[in-house]
Amino acid sequence: MMYSEKVLDHFSNPRNVGEISDANGIGEVGNPKCGDIMKIYLKIENDIIQDVKFQTFGCGAAVATSSMATELIKGKTIQEAMQLTNKAVVEALDGLPPVKLHCSVLAEEAVKEAINNYLKENGRASEAVEICGGCCHSCDKHE
Amino acid sequence: MERNVYLDHAATTYVKKEVLEEMMPYFTQSFGNPSSIYKLGQENRKAVDLAKERIAKAIGATPSEIYFTAGGCEADNWVIKGIASANQKKGNHIITTSIEHPAIMNSCKYLEKHGFEVTYLGVDEDGKVRLDELKSAIKDTTILISVMFANNEIGTIQPIAEIAKLAKEKGIYFHTDAVQAVGNLRIDVAKIGVDMLSMAGHKFYGPKGIGALYIKKGTRIDNLIHGGGQEQGKRAGTENVPAIVGMGKAIELAYKDFDQHNERIIALREKLINGVMERIPYVKLNGHRTDRLPGNVNFSFRFIEGESLLLMLNMKGISGSSGSACSSGSLDPSHVLLAIGLDHATAHGSLRLTIGDENTEEDIDYVLEVLPTIVARLREMSPLKPMKEDK
Repeated sequence: MMYSEKVLDHFSNPRNVGEISDANGIGEVGNPKCGDIMKIYLKIENDIIQDVKFQTFGCGAAVATSSMATELIKGKTIQEAMQLTNKAVVEALDGLPPVKLHCSVLAEEAVKEAINNYLKENGRASEAVEICGGCCHSCDKHE
Repeated sequence: MERNVYLDHAATTYVKKEVLEEMMPYFTQSFGNPSSIYKLGQENRKAVDLAKERIAKAIGATPSEIYFTAGGCEADNWVIKGIASANQKKGNHIITTSIEHPAIMNSCKYLEKHGFEVTYLGVDEDGKVRLDELKSAIKDTTILISVMFANNEIGTIQPIAEIAKLAKEKGIYFHTDAVQAVGNLRIDVAKIGVDMLSMAGHKFYGPKGIGALYIKKGTRIDNLIHGGGQEQGKRAGTENVPAIVGMGKAIELAYKDFDQHNERIIALREKLINGVMERIPYVKLNGHRTDRLPGNVNFSFRFIEGESLLLMLNMKGISGSSGSACSSGSLDPSHVLLAIGLDHATAHGSLRLTIGDENTEEDIDYVLEVLPTIVARLREMSPLKPMKEDK
């Protein structure tokens, strides 16, 4: 199994690690059983993601996909961020080994979960999207 | 300056210079087939016989009880399948443990699909088999007990002599997978009373792709590999003479200065274990504290994941391994760590460092310098945090 240069770069120098104390959208997906947990903190103003941070318990690919996902959504509108796919994260990282693809699903789901929670807090539950909870191996709706 | 510290000797070892030197002539000059009658063949026959003598001497067997295989995995497969098929009239029940190497585990699972019944004994929190549980698992139909000598992941050494005694009393064949033990522990098959024992050359500074099975004289076992009459008609295939020669030399060297060597390795292990426990909080040593392989260290670091740890250690030139699912490509963490009662998250955070011949005090100092920083960094990144009750 080999990681791309980009994956290793995002793993060893992850962008946007940490917490946001006044986050208004937090999403946590995965569980210890499947070996990955990802938590995303969003600071949203006027539907624009002003700041984003993450915390991840997981392998190199999980950390790298978290890092890349935060980069891809920073400064975007929540509507744009909702369109984030695991495929886009994988492509931005120059690919992942096949056994690691599920980690990118986790990143997509964590972002959506954080936005969902923001929407729900703000009385906009109808705009929330369905997610699978991010435990890797339970669904096959991702590429 | 960056160091390179190899701490994965349980995965494989380098080939010692003296071993390679003894192997070399058998590739180019003395390349004959040991089954050939002319001089070139007979030189090779002698070389194979010498290797058998060296191996037999190291484990207290006679040379005719040593059969070469293409590694530990084949030796394990041979035992499980060969005993099952040769003794099925007597019974169809096999007892093994839940912490065996996949070579045993998956051979047993294969047999289960073919009408055999397998009991996988649990282990205590140190990874030891409970003798009373073993005793009560024995049935009239039990034909084989297979318990590994020492565990490859957590290093725990099993009460092999007691298990062998129990098997003998009941007239059941006893096999031990000693792949991690041979070269690292003193073994006397006659004294312990094992019927079969697997080993692999590349775990004690011999070449890869060569192993051996000790089969006590008189044991009823079918062949796994059918073909020509090599290995007293029990294992077909032209002998891998250079590798056989290498394995023979390697085992001889492993038991030369054995005590002195082990004393040094154990001292390094203790330095590493104690050093980690002193420097890093929320850490658990996996495996028995003292009844463990001389070079084995296995920790679980809470709140972080093993593959990340391995990658960061690798960036600092340190090679280790982990029982995390992510490092193996499977979905579950190590079956051994789950068997000793770790929860999934803790099992995912395991790190195995196995010390060997070329490691020095400076290597351990370097690990102790680098590891706490890496663990702290990964913990900063982790959403899992210690609760009050954690220790």
